[in-house]
This record gives sequence, structure tokens and C-alpha cells, in this order.
Amino acid sequence: MKQKLPGILLIPLALASLSAPGLLAEERGAYALRDAKIVRVSGPVIEHGTVVVRNGLIEAVGENITPPADAWVIDCKGLTIYPGLIDALSNWGLTNTPPATPAAAGGRGGRGGAAPTAPVTVATPVAIVSAQPARGPEDRPSNAAYVKAADQIFPNDRAIETARNGGFTTAVTFPTGNIFSGQGSVIDLAGERAGDMVIADSVAQFVTIPGGGRGGGRGYPGSLMGVFAYIRQIYLDSEHYKLARSIYEKHPEGLQRPAYDRTLEGVLASPRVLLPATRDVEIQRMIAFAKELKVNAVIYGGHEAWRSTAALKQAGLPVLVSLKYPEKAADSDPLAEEPLRVLELRDKAPTAAGALAKAGVKFAFYSDGVGTPRELMRAVKKAVDAGLEPEAAIRALTLAPAEIYGVANRLGSIDKGKIANLVIADGDLFADRTRVKYVFVDGGKYEPLPEDPATRPGGRGGRGQGGPAR
Amino acid sequence: MKRFGILAALFGLAGMAFAADTAVLIQNATILTITNGTVKGSILLQGGKIAAIGDKVLAPPGAQVIDGAGKYVMPGIIDCHSHIMAEAINEGSVSVSSMVGIDDVLNPEDVAIYRALAGGVTTANILHGSANSIGGKTVVTKLRWGTSAEQMKFEGAMPGIKFALGENPKRAGAAAAFGATTTAPRYPATRMGVEDVIREAFNDAKAYQASLAQYKAKLAKNEPAIPPARDLKLEALVEVLEGKRFVHAHCYRQDEILMLLHVADDYGFKIRTLQHVLEGYKVAKEIAAHGAGASTFADWWAYKMEAQDAIPYNAAIMVRKGVLTSLNSDDAELMRHLDKEAAKTVKYGGLSETEALSLITINPAKQLAIDKRVGSLEVGKDADVLLYDGHPLSNFSKVEKVWIDGHEYFDRDQDMNGRSKKAIEKKALTEKAAPAGGGRGGQGFAAGGPNE
Repeated sequence: MKQKLPGILLIPLALASLSAPGLLAEERGAYALRDAKIVRVSGPVIEHGTVVVRNGLIEAVGENITPPADAWVIDCKGLTIYPGLIDALSNWGLTNTPPATPAAAGGRGGRGGAAPTAPVTVATPVAIVSAQPARGPEDRPSNAAYVKAADQIFPNDRAIETARNGGFTTAVTFPTGNIFSGQGSVIDLAGERAGDMVIADSVAQFVTIPGGGRGGGRGYPGSLMGVFAYIRQIYLDSEHYKLARSIYEKHPEGLQRPAYDRTLEGVLASPRVLLPATRDVEIQRMIAFAKELKVNAVIYGGHEAWRSTAALKQAGLPVLVSLKYPEKAADSDPLAEEPLRVLELRDKAPTAAGALAKAGVKFAFYSDGVGTPRELMRAVKKAVDAGLEPEAAIRALTLAPAEIYGVANRLGSIDKGKIANLVIADGDLFADRTRVKYVFVDGGKYEPLPEDPATRPGGRGGRGQGGPAR
Repeated sequence: MKRFGILAALFGLAGMAFAADTAVLIQNATILTITNGTVKGSILLQGGKIAAIGDKVLAPPGAQVIDGAGKYVMPGIIDCHSHIMAEAINEGSVSVSSMVGIDDVLNPEDVAIYRALAGGVTTANILHGSANSIGGKTVVTKLRWGTSAEQMKFEGAMPGIKFALGENPKRAGAAAAFGATTTAPRYPATRMGVEDVIREAFNDAKAYQASLAQYKAKLAKNEPAIPPARDLKLEALVEVLEGKRFVHAHCYRQDEILMLLHVADDYGFKIRTLQHVLEGYKVAKEIAAHGAGASTFADWWAYKMEAQDAIPYNAAIMVRKGVLTSLNSDDAELMRHLDKEAAKTVKYGGLSETEALSLITINPAKQLAIDKRVGSLEVGKDADVLLYDGHPLSNFSKVEKVWIDGHEYFDRDQDMNGRSKKAIEKKALTEKAAPAGGGRGGQGFAAGGPNE
């Protein structure tokens, strides 16, 4: 139930249709979300309160707030407002999967012109093309450290709308496919131009171990220990690069010029690094590795972290917990006997988050390729059922990732001055029946369409209606 | 205080256990010390060390006393060539992979560790594979089952590096055969090429060494200079040149063995051990003269051309020619009966029982330069001790108990008794998983299948 107060909003709407640059902030207008239960995350829950949103920011939050005269008032009786959900490790926004019209022509992989007929669900890895197999770390194999997600965004990526409809307003999205995959960016899941969506352009370097380290590329490195040696050498080289350049800047005459190296530039530009580790053995290994490299590390994976809590706490490393729990491969041999450890990992993976919370280890959830927000919420619910406090679960999807990536001063909770990213649902976020009513991204209001696939044949028709209702 | 609590929790498994370990006194046993003959009597393990050996040893208060009547005590077996607990074996993409290290990929939960313990192995030299002329860095471990990768490492043991000669490194495109998917042929393709690769690598290492020295000289003269970048590949080889890293070289034929000894002499480093070395009996004198050790099999051969000309007398002949010789496993299964492998050298070559047992205890300890700590039963050495129900060289004998640093890591009775409990645990997990998978296309069958 909307109640339009003065007609101020008409003018911005007209401007919006012209896509006038530089006027976005004004377009967003003001909203007062009244009489809602407010889960602020940063503080106690407000049972009946109001959130005022203006110009993309949260202007006020509290119990006794009078809606400003110029604001749209939305009656939120019976609804709950949460901070917008954040996918802490994502590829949303980086897939060239346009909903209706082709995305920017000349995209990657020669797909420029026509829209693909089948949806592309995998983020396009940055191809490291070389004629020869890498002979060693000096050839910088599988290294796209310089690639920044913020420079690769497809605002039309279908994943953006799907996620937003489920309450995700933000993703920390990463290029993928290489050992040094590139720099992740915090992006808001709405916007007409890529640049508008970016909240922080470089928050972490994404390190992956392709094929689990069993090789997979041509040439070096071709093994798990090769990957470790390679990463180690790259960090040594980065340190040396920094030093060599600074010495050269002081004495350019008479010294040989150190070569410019975009991969090392990329590593040095990354404020932290994401290291993969799912099993306890891997987590312990990465803790030691991070310490050795003296990097600001974040562990991702974490399914067996319920065994590693003490070590993680001691090391002070945050963990991104995958919401894609391990399952027996569909094509696995039904007669093969599985080790107890494997069975146990599968059984206990949902307990990891709860164990980390109990131990006081900072953690956040990430989608890990799980397709829909509904499935993601089910996975979070599993963690809650396995012992994670619901408040901690919300935090792991909001403030915790913001803190881990150093953007908690603008994201992650419902506080005055923060970016107006909000989810308004008709109940507990993890309950299966709960529906997301509104989503605010950067102060823009979105109303998700019904999620029932039957009402959305082909998934493409009528998508326009899901756009900003402003 | 809090900090200590966290640390204690971290290292609780092993560290605290050691502190809490009660002393163990084995009485009335036959004690095969290896270095000081056989003692009929008692051995006391206390504070992680062997505290006393003798006819009569008084049990300290609170000690666990074991009646060793009819039983044998010997030092823990040392395997100089193993690949257990390594989550990667070969960096097969390049001919020289000295930048990689097995210690980066140890998996302390590899069940092969526990099974090796059951066969009496307490220390293992975990090697990189043999796909490269110069392979990766190696690590000496103690099989402290249930602890972390870090705690598995034999503290203070000299690090090593794997070299390999002959068919494996020269196999063109060897990387493909060793797990990497590169299809590009890789130099070298001949034994000549293997030698060349090793020489070139050490030429590079010497140049690297020189560049470091040059930089230091410039610094000393206060000239502006950019330090050479650290190169992990060459750093490991410089360590070899400086005697700070042992070379363990995979080899079979006498010609390639002599080649490697010459190369090492040329560059001024030592080959610490020759591994496999099936034709060692042909060049034992030269091996002894170089000061290299030899680590071989008792009677495993003929699995490829270069492993044809082998004899079961190899170990004994090398021992008689003054080569420091050991028997190794190179295999998780063989690792479980190294004692029986040692026994074969009594039959083939006529080694004494003590000499035979030396091949799997004090000799490999010397080869790895850990003989001050392990390899024999001597007061003051680590309490890495085995209790057998019969003579270790007998086919009918089994390891009953294994201690490392005085901590019991294996007990055959406990193992047998614990099996039904593990089976129940496993069955419960399997059944619990079954209904969850039921809805997803046949997963129910997969999880609840007839494998139990």
C-alpha cells in the first residue's frame, strides 16, 4: 500500500527515462518503510520501526520516526526488513547471459553479436593464451591477477535479477578460472551501467587450484605442490618487484630497468587473498601458507571447518563457507566403499558454520554456484538446523562479509548513512514459505515477480516488469 | 593465559599427549638394540626418550609395565623412500622441478600412515616422484598418526631433493604419463639429455649464487643495486651445492649411477643416497668411494627394461663393499612388511640378523643423518620402539605395539577391538545419507547400496 505524498518524484522519473547521466542519486527519491520489524544486524531487532531511505542511503532508522513529507510511504506492517543479502564469493554479474537483448557487442569469446540461445551459466574465465606450455613460474601461467571484476561486469547478466529477486542486493564477484583469477569487486545487484554498480573495485585476489591441483593446464604447474610453489614464487616476485621498482625510481641512471609485470601489479593491488580449503587438512595447510606468505588471507570452502575452529581462531583468519554442500557424485560407483572421513564430511558439512560461530571465527556464506536464492536459503536453513543461531546466519549473509572485505562502513547493516540495500520479506527469511516483497538496491525499489517457474515460461518474457518500480 | 589455552588446544593432540604420557617399562623381553647387541631384560621409555635398557630396570611410579616374555623389542623401522601422505607426487610439467616440495602437500590423514605403523615403520622419507631429472624437495617424517602435517615432520632433519635418472625422466612427454595433461614433448629424451639437464641446472644455480655474491659486493661498496629476485628453483640447488640439502637419486643402471657421481664430483656436491640402485652391486666400490648411500629393494625388479639386471644379493654385496645400504618400500603396501624384506638378505647374501635389521633401522637413519635420534635402541635416543610377538625377521611375527617419542601410536589389540565400532559408525552414516539422496535420481541407491 503506497501513499504518494507531494509530486516531487515525477520529475526524476522523467529524467530517468532519458538515462541522464549524473542524476541517478536524485532519481532514487525518498522512501519511508513504516511499521516494520527491523533486523538491523548491527544492533537489537526493532519490533516496530521505520526506515527512511533517501538518495540511495539510509537516512534514518528507529522506532519513532516520522516519515518525511516528501517520501513515498510503504506500510510494512507484518513485514521484516533485513539488510540486503551479500554473496561473499560470487560470479554474479560476470556472466554474459543477457536476458533479452545482446549485451555489449564484441564481448568475450567472439559471442558479440547474437544472444546465445542456451543460457551461459559459467563465468567466462579470462583466457591466458600462450603458444607454449609454461616452462615455469617466470611464464606466469594461469595468472590473471590484473583482471578486475569491476571492469568485466555485464549489467544485463540474468543472474543479477535472479539473485536480487531472492533478496541478494550485493555480491563480491570474482573473475575465475585461473590460479590467480583476478581481483574481486563488491557490486550492487542493480544498475544500468557497470560503473554505477561498483561499491569497491578491488577487495581481494581470488586464488583457485584448478582441477584440485591434479594439473589440468598445459605445462607448469602440473601438480598441487606445483601450485603451492608457484603461488609462493609469485608472492616473492611481487615483493621483489616492489623493491626493485622503488630502488630504480631512486637511481634510474646506471641501473637496469625492472620489467613491468601486470600480474605482479595485480597481486600488489589486491588488499587480501582468497585461498581455497575445504577439508581440515587443507585448512591447516592454508593457515600455515598464509602465515608464511604474510598475506591477508581469507579461507573459502570450509565444509570441514568444524574440525579446524581452534586453528582458525588462533590464526585469526576469516572463512567463507560454501553453501554447496558436498554430495556423492551422481556418476560415482555405487559399489565403491567410501572412507568414514568422506561420509562424515558429507554428514557434517552443514555444521561448519555453527561451529565457527561458536568458536568466534568470522565467517560469511557464499553461493558457490548454487543457482537460485531459494536453494541458497535452504542451504542456510540446513546450517541453522545444524546448530547455527539464526541471527548469526543473517549476519553471515550481511555484516560479516562486509567486515571481511572492509566495506562494513557502507554495507551490511541497517544504519544511518549506509547504502540503502534492504530486503523486505513477509516473514523469517529462512522459512520456506517466506516471500520477498521488496528489495532496495542503492535506494532503488524492486518488486520481485513470483518465483514459481510456471508463471514465468522460458524465464525471459515480461522480465521488464522486474525492473525498478520507481 | 588465554593465549596459552588456545595454543594448548591447537597442539593438544600431540604435545599435550607427550607431556601426559606415562612411562612404559617392557620387562623380560628380547631387546634387539641393533648397535649394542641383544639384551634379555627391560627397556624403559620415559619423557619421549629411551631412559634405560638392562637386565633389571625399576619401574618408576605410575609406569605402565608390559610383560615382554617371549616378545621382541626393536627400534622403529625407517623407510628411506616412501610416497605415502603426499597429495601430489610428481610435478611432471618441467624437467627441473626443484621449486616444488612434498612438505607443502602432506596429508596427515592418509590411512597408509596408520597401516605403515602397523608394519612397524616410525620414520619415513617422503620423496617427490621420478618424472624429472631434478625433482622436488623431500621431507623426513615421523608417523605421528592423528597429528597435523606440521607435527609429522621430523624436526631438525636435513631437507632433501629428489633426482631421477634413466627411463622415467627421459620419457618424452613424461608429464602426460605422470598426471599432467600437457602433450608437449619434454626435453630430455635420452640418458645423455638427463645428464645435460642436471649440468645446466647446476650451471644456473652457480650463476644465481654468483649474482647474489655480486649484489653483496655492490652493497658493500655502497653502489646502488637491485637485489636478485629469489628463485625457489635455483635456491634449492644452491642448498645442494652448499651441502644444506641431501640428494636422493632414483637410478637403476650402473652407467647412469657412474654418470651422476661424476656430475656431482664436477660440481662439488655429494649424492647422499642412490635410490633403487638395482645395479649397485656392479659399481659398489665407486658408490662407496663417493660416500653415497644406497637404498634398494630386496627382490623387486623386472618391471621395466632398466630394472632387468637385478639380483637378490644386491643389498648384501653393497654392504660387504662398504656401502651404507638400506632397504626401502617406495610403496604403501611393501612399506608394511619391510621387516620381512630385511629377512630376505639373510638368505640371499648371508647377512647376519643384526646386519639385516640394520638395513631398515640404523642404516637409513645414517643416510638421513638422523642417527643421533633414531635407528637403534640406546639410552637417550627417541623412544621410537616396536614390540613384536616374535622375532621381527620371522614371517610369523607381528608388530603388537608402536611407540614414537614414547607415545603409543599403534596397538594391535585396540585396533582389532575398535573395528566393530568403526563399522557401526560407518553404517549409521551410510544409512543416514541414504534417504536424503533418495529424491535425486538414483542417489539413494548409490548411498544405500549393498557395499556394506
